[in-house]
Amino acid sequence: MIANEAELKALMLASLNGDAAAHRSLLNQLSGRLRAYYRGKLSRLGRGATEAEDLVQEALIAIHTRRHTYDPSEPLTPWVHAIARYKLIDHLRQTRASMADAPIDEADEVLAQDDHIGVESAYDIHRLLNQLPEKMRRAIQAVKLDGLSVGETATRYGVTESAVKVSVHRGLKALAASIAREKKA
Amino acid sequence: MKTDDLIAMLSTNVEQVNRRRLVQIVAAAIAIGAALVIAAVFVVLGIRPDLMKTGALAFLFLKLVFTLTVLVPASVFLIRLARPGGERKARVALLVLPFVGIIVLAAVSLAFTPSSHWATVALGDQWIECLLSIPIIAIVPFAVIVWAVRQTAPTDLTRAGALAGLVAGTVSAIGYALHCTDDSLPFIALWYGGTIALCTFAGAKLGPRLLRW
Repeated sequence: MIANEAELKALMLASLNGDAAAHRSLLNQLSGRLRAYYRGKLSRLGRGATEAEDLVQEALIAIHTRRHTYDPSEPLTPWVHAIARYKLIDHLRQTRASMADAPIDEADEVLAQDDHIGVESAYDIHRLLNQLPEKMRRAIQAVKLDGLSVGETATRYGVTESAVKVSVHRGLKALAASIAREKKA
Repeated sequence: MKTDDLIAMLSTNVEQVNRRRLVQIVAAAIAIGAALVIAAVFVVLGIRPDLMKTGALAFLFLKLVFTLTVLVPASVFLIRLARPGGERKARVALLVLPFVGIIVLAAVSLAFTPSSHWATVALGDQWIECLLSIPIIAIVPFAVIVWAVRQTAPTDLTRAGALAGLVAGTVSAIGYALHCTDDSLPFIALWYGGTIALCTFAGAKLGPRLLRW
């Protein structure tokens, strides 16, 4: 069952209010659409499913860490599409494909199809995490992987709660950046 | 990595998001940039000594009207361009209107000036100082604005960079106007308009490199 713009937007608004279940459901829904979108675009360029999955994950991290850039008075689809397309063009540029290859597309396309048969991306989260500065690594490990609350993490490492939040946020961005660096190499 | 694992990770302990953070962060950067520029002009260049004379005040007012009619819409468009897909909602071509306005006023004023005086009026006493000061001072607000826009997610980096350069150049021109004693419309059109356009061009060139995310 594919959720429509209105349902996805409702999930997004709940997620902006800190509703973790809505956030998970939103990312789940979007991952299927993004997978179909990227596979469609990349298969026309003769590229594989792993590469599409890398892009799905990059786009999800971007949607997560940049969700404050969504304007709730606007529909969600164009916002998701702009991020998805930006990441696609950035990827094609980095992997030295000709810009003429960048397909023309419309905003609706990004949510038009659903594909929930995921493959693994080429990234190993634990290896990437180990490249992060210690403060960010342990904050992500505790809050995002072990599921400790921000408060518990702050107590464990003797730092303030806002320092933990900042470390998690910066860490996720740094993670996205190291994925991008890896692609260049 | 499995995408499901990534989603599980991102959905653990989700923080509430301040929906006005983007506007706050960009607006604060412009305000901080402006404060730094004005402080720099006070300390380094000094305020024009004849400020309290009527003619000087009138021209300072004119310079501020011109720069503010650029700054206000440019700031609004910069905030729009800071959002993914914002380029569809920012009709940046409108921003040439204040420049057209000042050029028309300058042309009218030249029409009433004997052509033998045109060079004096257009070059003023300090055109080199103006040409150098506005772009150099603009580096400070440009750096602050770029830092802020990097926290957002622009998807048209050339335009977002151009707007960052435009806002920085305009803020710098506002500060420089407090110091500048060259009072003529052709001077404002040429050296204020020209240097602000230069900052915009530099921003457009730097945008794709500085704003990538």
